[in-house]
Amino acid sequence: MLDLILTCEKLPSSRSTGAPAGVRCRMEWMDRGIVLSARRHGESSVVLKLLTQEHGRFAGVVRGGQSRRNRGVLEQGNLLSATWRARLEEHLGNFTVELEKGHAARLLDRPDRLAALDSTCAILDVCLAEREPHPELFAATLALVAALDGDDWAAHLVAWEIGLLGELGFGLDLSCCAATGANDGLAYVSPRSGRAVSLSAGEPYRDRLLPLPAVPAGARRGRAGGYRRRPDNQRLFPAAAYLFPAGRATAGFA
Amino acid sequence: MREVEHLIQLLSRLPGLGPRSARRAALHLIKKPETLMEPLAKALNTTAAAIRTCSNCGNVDTVDPCAICADTERDGSILCVVEEVADLWALERTDVFSGRYHVLGGRLSALDGIGPEDLNIPGLISRAETQAITEVILATNLTVDGQTTAHYLTDRLTAANVTVTQLAHGVPVGGELDYLDDGTLTAALRARR
Repeated sequence: MLDLILTCEKLPSSRSTGAPAGVRCRMEWMDRGIVLSARRHGESSVVLKLLTQEHGRFAGVVRGGQSRRNRGVLEQGNLLSATWRARLEEHLGNFTVELEKGHAARLLDRPDRLAALDSTCAILDVCLAEREPHPELFAATLALVAALDGDDWAAHLVAWEIGLLGELGFGLDLSCCAATGANDGLAYVSPRSGRAVSLSAGEPYRDRLLPLPAVPAGARRGRAGGYRRRPDNQRLFPAAAYLFPAGRATAGFA
Repeated sequence: MREVEHLIQLLSRLPGLGPRSARRAALHLIKKPETLMEPLAKALNTTAAAIRTCSNCGNVDTVDPCAICADTERDGSILCVVEEVADLWALERTDVFSGRYHVLGGRLSALDGIGPEDLNIPGLISRAETQAITEVILATNLTVDGQTTAHYLTDRLTAANVTVTQLAHGVPVGGELDYLDDGTLTAALRARR
């Protein structure tokens, strides 16, 4: 279902693709995607950007995307089932979409959670390279969007943001002090190593270190235990399970 | 013919008109110079010279303050906040709202880099604090950006001692439940009364 399909149709012309005479080839795939943004394109269409499971951040035109029927479907954070078609792989292409889960509607009357959803989608839209698959990030984002309904949504958001940094190559290790190895009294982050530094060890270098920001209750519990595990030995956040596979700089979360 | 081509080019930039329909419109204008082309040119000139943005509410009119702000029959204690002038016109069409308006000139958007300083928010706060306003109706669109803007405004207006309300969200008039999307149904269930 998720694979790229090269569809060949018997048609009279095929000069531009180099396909044998009488055959026209076009690109097509189906995937699930989270709406990152939808910008108006002309009178009735929109350019939709999705974070897809297998194809990463992908853009395409949705014909009739500005219609009354489609506008609600293309809200940020919604999970769609999408089919992308184009004549050549490098083309912008067209999306045909169907709503799987409308996350945005649930959060419209909840200011903080809506801001979190907005921020999540905006960060992904700006930070991710186009057409670069990030299946773990997709799963984590899906978990985060679902978790925005829960009470510990802020902790999920923090875990997701740290995981995103790791996914982009800026992993942080906040499990213990880079200088002393202590996991208590962490107060700074070293911009050079991306590791936490305790208050006492960091004091002489405070003007060169970044302050470790206050984190929500769920994450703070983790922080006291070195951002590793809860006392019940469970993973801290469901999103973390997707985001922090072994061996990453952020492995302290797992 | 250069002038005609230029006219077609300009017409094709209008919403709803492509090059083909712009050509048809230009041809139609050329065929009726006295009855259509000249009056249209005159109307465009007059409007371009007279149009201005109301310094009080952000509406467009040929006078400042606009006709709505200057109308003493309107209820000055209720203020309806809209994103664009088109939204104001839509509400005016209903002929139901008799208060005054405030046009923000857009909505907050993290992606487009539109922050509070880019919108007419200081004007709104100032009106809420200085004018005798008791209720502010937030009539922003029911989109992620529109509702983010509404929540931000609710936050900013808490100090102004006004009642902040929002338009209801739910089933449209003539809408059949079977054909409604999940989001609308969710909003309708949440806003049940």
